[in-house]
Amino acid sequence: MENHQFLFNFISEYTGDILAGVLIAIIPLALLLVYALVAIYGELKIASFIQLKLGPMRTGKWGLLQPVAEVFKLLQKEDITPDGADKPLFNLAPFIIFLGCYAALSVLPLSSHFAPSGLNIGLFFIIAISSLAVLGIVMGGWASNNKYSLIGAMRSVSQIISYEIPAAMCILGVASMAHSLDMNVISAQQQGGFWNWYVLGGPAGISKIWLIPFTVVMFIVYFVTSLAETNRTPFDVPEGESELVAGYHTEYSGMKFAFFYLAEYGNMFVVSAIMTVIFFGGWSSPFGDFLNSPIWQIFWFIAKSMFFVGLQIWLRWTLPRTRVDQLMYLCWKILLPLSMVCFLAMALGGMLY
Amino acid sequence: MENNLENTTNNNKINIEYSQFDSERMRLNAGPQHPSTHGVLRLEVELDGEIVTDIIPHLGYLHRCFEKHCENSNYNQIVPFVDRLDYVSAINNEFPYVMAVEKLAGIEVSEKVQILRAMCAEINRIANHLLAISAFGLDSGAFTPLLFLFREREFALGILEKLSGARLLYNYFCPGGVRYEIYSDFKKDVKVFIDSVRLAMKEMEDLLIFNDIFIKRTEKIGLLPKEVAINFACSGPVARGSGINFDIRKSAPYSSYDKFDFDIPVVEPGKEVVGVSGDCWSRNWVRVKEIEESCKILEQGITLLPDEGSVTDGIPKKLKVPAGEVYCKAENTKGELGFYLVSNGSDKPERVRARATSFVNLAILPSISKGYMFADLIMILGSIDIVLGEVDR
Amino acid sequence: MINYLKNIIKGFSTILVGMKVTFINLFRPNVTVQYPNVHPLVRAGSDKMPDNARNKLNVIIPKCTGCKSCEKACPVNCITIETTKVASIDTEKPLMEDGKKRVFWLSQFDIDFAKCCFCGLCTIACPTSAIVHSTDFEYSCYDRNELLVHFSPFNKEQVAEKKRILAEEVKQKAEKALADKQAAEKAAQEQNITDSKIKSSDDQTSANQNIQNNSN
Ligand code: SF4
Ligand code: SF4
Repeated sequence: MENHQFLFNFISEYTGDILAGVLIAIIPLALLLVYALVAIYGELKIASFIQLKLGPMRTGKWGLLQPVAEVFKLLQKEDITPDGADKPLFNLAPFIIFLGCYAALSVLPLSSHFAPSGLNIGLFFIIAISSLAVLGIVMGGWASNNKYSLIGAMRSVSQIISYEIPAAMCILGVASMAHSLDMNVISAQQQGGFWNWYVLGGPAGISKIWLIPFTVVMFIVYFVTSLAETNRTPFDVPEGESELVAGYHTEYSGMKFAFFYLAEYGNMFVVSAIMTVIFFGGWSSPFGDFLNSPIWQIFWFIAKSMFFVGLQIWLRWTLPRTRVDQLMYLCWKILLPLSMVCFLAMALGGMLY
Repeated sequence: MENNLENTTNNNKINIEYSQFDSERMRLNAGPQHPSTHGVLRLEVELDGEIVTDIIPHLGYLHRCFEKHCENSNYNQIVPFVDRLDYVSAINNEFPYVMAVEKLAGIEVSEKVQILRAMCAEINRIANHLLAISAFGLDSGAFTPLLFLFREREFALGILEKLSGARLLYNYFCPGGVRYEIYSDFKKDVKVFIDSVRLAMKEMEDLLIFNDIFIKRTEKIGLLPKEVAINFACSGPVARGSGINFDIRKSAPYSSYDKFDFDIPVVEPGKEVVGVSGDCWSRNWVRVKEIEESCKILEQGITLLPDEGSVTDGIPKKLKVPAGEVYCKAENTKGELGFYLVSNGSDKPERVRARATSFVNLAILPSISKGYMFADLIMILGSIDIVLGEVDR
Repeated sequence: MINYLKNIIKGFSTILVGMKVTFINLFRPNVTVQYPNVHPLVRAGSDKMPDNARNKLNVIIPKCTGCKSCEKACPVNCITIETTKVASIDTEKPLMEDGKKRVFWLSQFDIDFAKCCFCGLCTIACPTSAIVHSTDFEYSCYDRNELLVHFSPFNKEQVAEKKRILAEEVKQKAEKALADKQAAEKAAQEQNITDSKIKSSDDQTSANQNIQNNSN
């Protein structure tokens, strides 16, 4: 599959390789920023509607400009570095967290003809790069010189590191069925209707039916771990408002806080996109060849990802928060065994089909 | 009881012999500006990792010299100050104070006033419990229940606003009666309110109370054994959650409460729905059940409340209080609230002393929260349901 | 093992039940109002502001007798009243709203809304319902001094004028009283003089006698 180079080749014909690279790199960034605005607006509105209110209504028609206003508000706020903070680390932390999320975007295949970087070990790269966020959180929490931040950072680290294991299990299960780590290939395999998605057993014939319960459970496990990895409710213990004020970003303000904010929403998108690729057919249309041109594929990819982002938002405004030890219990005693069992089944499926 | 406490299957407490470890403790200052200390309570917490090893509450950030202030005001002027003790259930605060003054001055109050007062107190009790339950949910991280229940609370406040003219600090009761006449649609409003509260509570049981995460967060946490609760003189839902069947509305009926037929929800050991008797979930469950009981009282009140007669006629033009002293208590939303009045015959009291419920209930916090995690400490504090206005006075 | 799976399924199902509740509520109409656009005073239906709502106070000066009951009833002492008696020589002959003669000018009637706790005790204490709650509840301002509202119809000069008139009357009265007194005194003195003349002649005679006695 060399299709993903299509756009790059197209641009570099006019501009040269380096400039084309830069232009291609800007696309995910623009995507991320636009997405963040939409997601913030979506979160505000969904939360408000669930809670029987209207949400932002004053900035623009139906409050459509609210996320923009919030970004401007954050940008013009004073950027405080507390006394006694470890300044270099403190200032570096938000950018490292953001880096992790931005780098993960670079391997997502938005369509069969466009992935910013067509790595053939894309899934592996994502597992590796998403650990970078831990570093940023520890740096931020430690350098803030605040006990709440420190506790939040320690909680976050233990949480993210633990939940990487079931998450990796899920990804490996799908990889073993797809015989590939290339996200574009995995997506291409699931073409031909939603029946071929890996959440429903993958592109094998009718004999895959026994596999479906395992893949569905695997998807649920991955969904739960993705909530934990993005620090969303019910697993937002690192920033649990009622206990730790704001957790590891208590001391941040202005632009740097905006980066934490952006990274949180970016991470939501990244995990949703991974979920889309490995379980829900990536860019492929759910109706076979119907509307499956490269442009429509972008639409399908984003629509599926946004659906999961919406699901996360919906969950957030429904559930209470777990406790730290229950979080670990869930990870090691429920999710890990479940994912192991499902992984075995899926590996078997990978050998058979 | 001691065995029960040590029984680890019944208790999520982490029992570590601390002298065996030489771990470094961290002192964390939670409050006075902390999202979950319910106001300006300051907790000095000693943590070993996440586990609370010691806790010192610091009070007084909201001290307003209530008792001294009362000595310089006349009997009618004190009522607005009494409102401001436990500002979430202001009517229930006025109740014992007004009864104390009436007892001292020997004022007889008509039956209509008595029933109206009980109904107002129950509406106010529902409003308070709605806030307590939803704020408890907020402590556990669920934000939506707060706004769901605030919608119902809004109805309660609306009824009280139409009665008294104010939304939170009513100044509605006064020695001899109530300040304003009942408005015409009162009974209809109460009926609508009862229905909507029942509906909302059903929804809330699905959304929060029986949610597994919420149960896991609250069951077997902050265990308050019966004996400890009695020794600390706890009252209200805190005591009833530990299996103490004590409610002044039943044990020493005042006003018109002997005319109503209602139950006192108690979580007795062995009869728990979830968790064990005396944990955070039980305390919250008592509040949930009490809302239903208050609805019952209101329903009966609608039929009992006579249409004719005035509620403002009994107010004396000039309040004459003979010298003497009196203690009068009532079941506040949080437990027993009592006022001790000393009169010297002038128009100002010699001394006003309040037995503040939240203050007494808060005293158990250090003894029941050691050994749990920091997140549990917040839940325990939320389950006691304190209002700092009453703690600090 | 069975228990373990049961617990997982139970947890999962309660979460789904919760999600159902929030999902239903997603499509319910909102219960909030867009406050400054939809004002409680103009909102239709039963949930508009009740008639006895306790908001900012208003004083209807033509009704106020200046009895100061409200000042005494207030628990936080936020009402300050100063009255000046209506002088009888005043050219203005003020009447109360109900047609009675006014006894006191309200030279000062201040309410400090920064202190007021909206308890409503002053409105209950007032015998003529001159002090009432208005429907105005939006009066926040940037300067605390703006919350000190003067209800007195007079400005400083007018107050000074009224005081001067009163003082004049008092002075006139005093003068009159003095004059009366003086007149009375004069009359009394004249009386006295005639009396004392008689008396003094008596005295003189007695004195003379004394002298004579002494010389004797
Ligand atoms: S409402 Fe109460 S506090 Fe305000 S002026 Fe009247 S008596 Fe004083
Ligand atoms: S407002 Fe009423 S109570 Fe106050 S001085 Fe005037 S008449 Fe008296």
